[in-house]
Amino acid sequence: MLSRTADNLYWLARYMERADFLARAIQASRRLAALPKAYGGDETEWESVLLSSGASLSFDASGRPVDEANVIEFLTFAPENPGSIRNCLEQARANARAVRTALTIEMWESINDAYLEMRALESRGVVPCAEELARFLEVIKQTSLTYDGGAYRTMLRNDAYWFSRVGLFIERADNTARLLDVKYHVLLPEKEIVGGSLDYFQWSAILRAVSAHTAYHWVYRTSMKPWLVADLLILRPEMPRSLISCYESIVRNLDNLARAHGRQGVSQRHARGVYGKLEKLNMESVFQGGLHEFVQSFISENNRLAALISEQYLF
Amino acid sequence: MDSRITQFDELAGADGRTRAPYRKLSQWLAETPPELLASRREQAELLFRRIGITFAVYGAQEATERLIPFDILPRILSRSEWTTLEKGLIQRVTALNAFLADIYGAGEILRAGIVPADIVYRNPAYCPEMAGRRVPFDIYVHIAGVDIVRTDDQGFFVLEDNARTPSGVSYMLENREVMMRLFPELFALHRVAPIENYPDELLATLRSVAPQRANGDPTIVLMTPGQYNSAFYEHSFLADKLGVELVEGRDLFVRDDVVYMRTTEGPRRVDVIYRRIDDDFLDPLCFRPDSALGVAGLMGAYQSGNVTLANAVGAGAADDKAMYTYMPDIIQFYLGEAPLLQNVQTFRCRETEALTYVLDHLDELVVKEVNGSGGYGMLVGPHATRAQIEEFRAKLKAHPEIFIAQPTLALSTCPIAMASGVAPRHVDLRPFVLQGANGARVVPGGLTRVAMTEKSLVVNSSQGGGTKDTWVIDDAWSAEEAMGQA
Repeated sequence: MLSRTADNLYWLARYMERADFLARAIQASRRLAALPKAYGGDETEWESVLLSSGASLSFDASGRPVDEANVIEFLTFAPENPGSIRNCLEQARANARAVRTALTIEMWESINDAYLEMRALESRGVVPCAEELARFLEVIKQTSLTYDGGAYRTMLRNDAYWFSRVGLFIERADNTARLLDVKYHVLLPEKEIVGGSLDYFQWSAILRAVSAHTAYHWVYRTSMKPWLVADLLILRPEMPRSLISCYESIVRNLDNLARAHGRQGVSQRHARGVYGKLEKLNMESVFQGGLHEFVQSFISENNRLAALISEQYLF
Repeated sequence: MDSRITQFDELAGADGRTRAPYRKLSQWLAETPPELLASRREQAELLFRRIGITFAVYGAQEATERLIPFDILPRILSRSEWTTLEKGLIQRVTALNAFLADIYGAGEILRAGIVPADIVYRNPAYCPEMAGRRVPFDIYVHIAGVDIVRTDDQGFFVLEDNARTPSGVSYMLENREVMMRLFPELFALHRVAPIENYPDELLATLRSVAPQRANGDPTIVLMTPGQYNSAFYEHSFLADKLGVELVEGRDLFVRDDVVYMRTTEGPRRVDVIYRRIDDDFLDPLCFRPDSALGVAGLMGAYQSGNVTLANAVGAGAADDKAMYTYMPDIIQFYLGEAPLLQNVQTFRCRETEALTYVLDHLDELVVKEVNGSGGYGMLVGPHATRAQIEEFRAKLKAHPEIFIAQPTLALSTCPIAMASGVAPRHVDLRPFVLQGANGARVVPGGLTRVAMTEKSLVVNSSQGGGTKDTWVIDDAWSAEEAMGQA
């Protein structure tokens, strides 16, 4: 496969995953921000969603006050935010268009439909109303489901598929890690006791953001506990968003590539290394060393993998 | 049907009696409620938009991707009409190839005085780098799009030969797919010759001209300027149908006169490039140094015979509008045959007598720049204002040699379905001719372009023209009629 095609597919998958994550993060934050103050309803929620999406620097640069309307606008439609849903979708479509030959019709149509919908919404007015926004976020989530389902059900299992999957899981691992980091360190005020009601709703919002609320109860059969949420999102292989699950998939897809190309390389070795570390890890040692430190080091290892992949395959 | 229309209508004929190929369609139209047509029009638009069959418009910031208007009524040719057309097209492309081989080789036609040498050598599309070199199988034009018009049912005229990188074949194929989804009942009524084998034929053509060393299993790629090119949809569509990589210049590199593409498994050698990028942009070392679209060293690899380019470099020398005027003589010279398809009467403004005539009749003529394309740089006399005519008169006097003029043709019309009902619009036809080492072929059909506005003769998509599906159907009615009479 052309290196450029591989690169485009990889980034296409990342942009789609990122758009989905943003939509979910916004929805979760709205839910949290709508709570009474005593339960955690507070504007800090909007700061945290900016942080977890990696957009806080560019938002600060815009000079706007942090409030619900501003943040949502910035994360959804703002053309000046390179990481807005709008720009993710536009980038995804540009990548998809460049590699249409490597996509199935279902995949292309799901992206193109969402893009057309977005353009229609944009052309109607300046600021979409709350209802339109909610609908748009649903469309984005739906699109990522259809796209993902389309890939899963219609793509040949060849390098096009494997590069897409690798992109998706690298992005997903990054998103999960950021989510954990931000919630744990920024949101919880000093005086708040771990396990208090504020804590409860915040952790619960994290789980909702990634559609893991029910999963938590199935796995642990107990009330919300921060270290268990962290356990679920880091170490539980049965949880499809957990870091370990993402790495299991990354290793498998990179191995498929290596087999097809007849050689293992730096990216395979690095991914296996990260996966191996996660396998040996337990939550006690994570908390001892500090969750924040753990997450930071994971994020940089994950970025390192992305760099190694482009070095190995994308020239 | 509007009785004031004086042009030949392909459905109504000259006498207003439905022509044979259109009888079933005409009857079906009479029985079909207008609401059904309206709903199918909407469906068609939706299909095109969803599939993303668009073309990019240069300079238009807002709408960088547009849909080409699509008309849901087919344009129908009978098998016997098609057979004539097909023979004429193949004859024409065969002659074009012989001509190109000659002007880059021995130059016999120039020495024989049939075509003036300066027209060839001063033609900007003539490529001196190709002089004295042979291309594989002496084929320069592997893919030609020949623009055809008709003015009555007596025959076809060639309006233009496109020998560089003719586009539109994806519309021919997609129009058919959309029609089959929208009107299964119409296909059940007619027996329409299939065109879906075009990509296979194209692939066979490209394989047939691969360098020897590929040993019958060449690596073929389609080269595009990229996704901002107006025909990018077509490029990706064709690469997909051919099952070949769609590459940009940056995906290729040349080492020791061999072309490679960058793949995830390392460099892979390339044997045939179906390039949809103009000569000027192919190789910055050889042509425009400012071009980032091409591949440095590509011409060296080409001239060493390590890679085949389709169409060949310099093929554009044959599709210049000045050269067009000599096509009947060119056919006669190389094939010893009379041309089967007529040229439209054309005045060469470089000739004094012709120029005088043209200047005296500007309001009746269409004047074109010999190197212009897509409806740019032309004057449509009968539709031009006084000022436009005077402006062109000045241009003509200053540089008569870069202009030709043609009478405004009474182009035939075909019915289109509009919101307000069915109405006739002017059409032309672009069939696609393939020429490989294994012979020439044309799939039965082509791209019918339609001027969407009433009375307009402009069918170019960049100027708002539309398209419709083109059907070649068996002359079954003649058998039926014969039986009816028996």
